[in-house]
Amino acid sequence: MFKTRIIPAFLILSSILLPTLAQADTNLLNVSYDVTREFYKDFNASFTQYWKAKTGETVIINQSHGGSSKQARSVADGLEADVISMNQAPDIDILYERSKLIPKDWQKRLPNSSSATNSTTVFLVRKGNPKNIKDWDDLIKPGIAVVIPNPKTSGNGKYSYLAAWGYVIKSGGNDAKAKEFVTKLFKNVPVLDTGGRGATTTFAQRDIGDALLTFENEVNLIKKELGDKFDVVYPSASILAENPVTVVDKFAKKHKTQAIAQAYVEYHFSEAGQEIAVHHYLRPTLDSVATKYKDRFKAINLFSVDEVFGGWGKAQKTHFSDGGTFDQIYQK
Amino acid sequence: MAKQKNVLPGFSLSLGFTIFYLSLIVLIPLSAAFIKTTELSFLEFWHIVTAPRVVASYKLTFGASLVAALINAVFGLLTAWVLVRYTFPGKKFIDALVDLPFALPTAVAGIALTAVYAGNGWIGSWLEPQGIKVAFTPTGVMVALTFIGLPFVVRTVQPVLEDLEAETEEAAASLGANRWQTFSKIIFPAIWPALLTGFALAFARAIGEYGSVIFIAGNMPMVSEITPLLIITKLEQYDYVGATAVAVVMLIISFMLLFAINGLQWWTNRNTTSAH
Repeated sequence: MFKTRIIPAFLILSSILLPTLAQADTNLLNVSYDVTREFYKDFNASFTQYWKAKTGETVIINQSHGGSSKQARSVADGLEADVISMNQAPDIDILYERSKLIPKDWQKRLPNSSSATNSTTVFLVRKGNPKNIKDWDDLIKPGIAVVIPNPKTSGNGKYSYLAAWGYVIKSGGNDAKAKEFVTKLFKNVPVLDTGGRGATTTFAQRDIGDALLTFENEVNLIKKELGDKFDVVYPSASILAENPVTVVDKFAKKHKTQAIAQAYVEYHFSEAGQEIAVHHYLRPTLDSVATKYKDRFKAINLFSVDEVFGGWGKAQKTHFSDGGTFDQIYQK
Repeated sequence: MAKQKNVLPGFSLSLGFTIFYLSLIVLIPLSAAFIKTTELSFLEFWHIVTAPRVVASYKLTFGASLVAALINAVFGLLTAWVLVRYTFPGKKFIDALVDLPFALPTAVAGIALTAVYAGNGWIGSWLEPQGIKVAFTPTGVMVALTFIGLPFVVRTVQPVLEDLEAETEEAAASLGANRWQTFSKIIFPAIWPALLTGFALAFARAIGEYGSVIFIAGNMPMVSEITPLLIITKLEQYDYVGATAVAVVMLIISFMLLFAINGLQWWTNRNTTSAH
């Protein structure tokens, strides 16, 4: 009698207790840049579900967002992120350079130089395009105001600057011509916001400028959030903005989250992950997904930083260091 | 008997704690900044801190802060006066309003001010046709700094004015002083030290302000870039040493200015007390 009673009781108890024991929730911290909030909200939900189905483990993914270099600096200085996702490789390189948190060749660990998605710099203009802005050359005309975030403080601004420079090079110009072009372009910039979102506010809410230069995915978000007051203009050529992601080995090891962190970054490259990216107007890198959504992303002539500028290190030094080409625009 | 000298015991203990506390909170972090700059040779340091863009930013930061603090000294005094000497409906409300710039996140202040003063804002749309541009110009920087500095003057002057009884003014009047004489000879000397403190605080706060200014400044190099922005800019490029070099210069200038203001206060205090 006694035994028959205790066994069901034990079973009930264990069925309550055991799952909670198995689910000693794993926490993962993904440190990212400013405008990925919406993307990661969907992506993390999808990954949590996938991981639960696969292993039965519940993972809680914490997100930290902010200006890209600031975020990278926090991790390099000791913010214990398991994963870092940025919009330019130098902001991840710094983790190796400053504190050896990752190996030097981190970009080789995943396909496509560890960049799961791409974007590019496009123009957002007022509805109906009243100033008839069609391509880069229209932006440097007198009387046109262009809003670009400060290239020194914003990855978004850096890409815009390099896109303009690369456009001149790609259409047969030399460095001197390119410099003349970006000088004229930045003479038309009335406000240099410190980040991409600030520039968006200046253009969309303060009604300043005839064109806003920003990422393709941001442009579509603006149209969605702020209503149909704008048109998107694709220039004939622009820059390939890559969004690299990697496991922060040292901290993942410390937290014993290597396996799950690895699965998390790999999920970016999976079909499911890529579909979510497409939903947020990020260009997929996986061929099958790219073909499926071919019509969604206008094919324009894209050039990479490596191709035109010989890598980020060189681009940073020539253009954005103190006294570099960007500073020279404003030096009297 | 020794106890009579000091009501509270433990001078050495409390002084020891004060020094320890100040070291922990103020001195050690600041000296870290100084030590970091020793990674530079003097020539490199000099080159960084005298670059034209940096010098332009010093002028803007210190100039706009000074103007803002002066505006606050005048209108803050007026506000304090009104709040102390008159009763009117809604006085409590206005009193609370004064502290708002203290509590508000500076970014909120910056965004709100920009929205109001931009070409399509309430005030901006009215000023711009007159040819006055505020947002995205150095004027905008000054407006933001005035906003965040106001409570400092009001809150330092207010208690002194409260202590200054209206009877002294009546006495002065009954002895034949006119209004200007009462103000310049009786009221002003009494509140001068507090006003100076308020001015110094507003000034110091304005020099270090970042959050509210970057939204309204426009951040154009050589024109509307404040020094704290340049420090952030350098950090964004992982140029820690360059950032600290500029920070050290700001620290030194600020310290000298505050030291001078304190000195002035001490000097006027001594003069007014000896005149009595």
